[in-house]
Amino acid sequence: MNLPVLIKKGAEAHLFLAEWHGRKVVLKKRLPKKYRTPILDRQIRTYRTIHEAQLIHEAKRAGVPTPTLFFVDVKNSIIVMELIEGKQLKQLFNEISDEYRKQLCRKVGELIGKLHKHGIVHGDLTTSNMIQAYDGKIYFVDFGLGEKTRELEAKGVDLHLMKRALQSTHYKFAEECFKSVIEGYSGVLDTETVKNVLDKVDEIERRGRYIVERSQRKT
Amino acid sequence: MKQEKTSEGYCLGIESTADDFSVGITTFKGEVLANIIDAYVPPEGGIHPREAAQHHAEVASKVIEEALKKAGIKPKDLTVIAFSQGPGLGPCLRTGATVARALASYLHVPLVGVNHCIAHIEIGKLKTGASDPVTLYVSGGNTIIAAFDAGRYRVFGETLDIALGNCLDVFAREAGLKQKPGEPFGAVVEKLAKNGKQFVPLPYTVKGMDISFSGLLTAAIKALKEGGYRLEDLCYSLQETAFSMVVEVTERALAHTEKKEVLLTGGVAANKRLQEMVRSVAEEHNVKFCTVPSEYAIDNGAMIAWTGVLAFTHGLTTSIEESFVRLRWRLEEVEVPWVR
Repeated sequence: MNLPVLIKKGAEAHLFLAEWHGRKVVLKKRLPKKYRTPILDRQIRTYRTIHEAQLIHEAKRAGVPTPTLFFVDVKNSIIVMELIEGKQLKQLFNEISDEYRKQLCRKVGELIGKLHKHGIVHGDLTTSNMIQAYDGKIYFVDFGLGEKTRELEAKGVDLHLMKRALQSTHYKFAEECFKSVIEGYSGVLDTETVKNVLDKVDEIERRGRYIVERSQRKT
Repeated sequence: MKQEKTSEGYCLGIESTADDFSVGITTFKGEVLANIIDAYVPPEGGIHPREAAQHHAEVASKVIEEALKKAGIKPKDLTVIAFSQGPGLGPCLRTGATVARALASYLHVPLVGVNHCIAHIEIGKLKTGASDPVTLYVSGGNTIIAAFDAGRYRVFGETLDIALGNCLDVFAREAGLKQKPGEPFGAVVEKLAKNGKQFVPLPYTVKGMDISFSGLLTAAIKALKEGGYRLEDLCYSLQETAFSMVVEVTERALAHTEKKEVLLTGGVAANKRLQEMVRSVAEEHNVKFCTVPSEYAIDNGAMIAWTGVLAFTHGLTTSIEESFVRLRWRLEEVEVPWVR
């Protein structure tokens, strides 16, 4: 196979499978946007590259497995990181028993709890951004939309996005999955914080923005 | 646009969410017969809701008469009356709603309350031929990135504080810029920005899919007051930063929804630089770029009339009891059975 190979085209960045000092790695490159004036474009890509690298590192300190960073090329807005070989939870969830899935969801909840406890929100919690490596550990990837914040609102949105992602990709067992996520989450944070965050999730859902069509609500 | 058994008819639409009082008349087939806009121009500063409402009340009958004359029809020819029920400024909305109720009662025809934001999307689709776009709607009161998904129009991103047009307006006023009669402040800023050379870094705030302009505005005004920058450079930098923010979210919505069209509308859609940026993203994603003609991009009665037709021909009307105005009516709350 000729490396690098484009593996994912995002709105903001492209992911490549590449080789770095004889090791298979993931290379994330933020691309220049033609519509932005060059100085602003450089400023945004530089800031986000540094910011994402920092969050990946901070998450590790919070006890959440993330890819090891090998190299950050700020000038070209590239992050070179460990390739996590395993399976995305998105795929895995359809292949395993209800009991095991619940167990994984509890683990996911625990990891989200650890992030929040350390003032990090992921910003894009979906089952495609979680990978179970062959050693069984669950890794969180793509911190491109993450931020360092202690705001209740941000935590609420984070969990809400997780719930929405479960509903859209795993609608058959979304409810039980989210319940297990909350169980895991509650094990890490104190009762009061958990209650406040969950109240926030409810509040966010009541905002018109997330109205679900009646015909779909049955599921 | 599919329409169920097109019975013939005329809809008169009243738009009065903010500073414009406008009356449009469309046929059930989507021909716009009249679109008269009477703008309230404040003697100074921004729009005072009560004074704007006063203006609307004063010009209402004149504008309606003019629209009927332009359309070449008589009041008794009207099949349905539509009005903008929200979101918008309370006193202005109430004035329009009162006129609409009176007309409908007098003529014994049904009334349809229309969501202003949805009307912008629908007239945009009608006038550009777009069928299922990601819409970037930017005006003095709204900044919304929306698309149809799971049975409704959904907001993918929006401003968390002030609207993009408002940000430009306030900056222009703080800078003491003067507008010619009928010229929006945005156009004055645009003209100056063309001569901008040096980019001044200003806060760029995109939070997930949402945008915030208040920090940007404060920083731009601060730079202005502190001096040391050319006004042209500040206008240029303000535009570049603010537009990049909305275009970035639009691009994400395009990538996420994989829609094949992007529709640019609202008062700020007239800005050539913004058009250029959205076109660039459209090209990159290989989607069709649709920009709404100015007359239909700003607040106008035709969009209310046309959306009234869509609702009415799909069995939706609003009883007088339910015709109270909805100041914060979100577009996801609206049933849109005509979209598939």
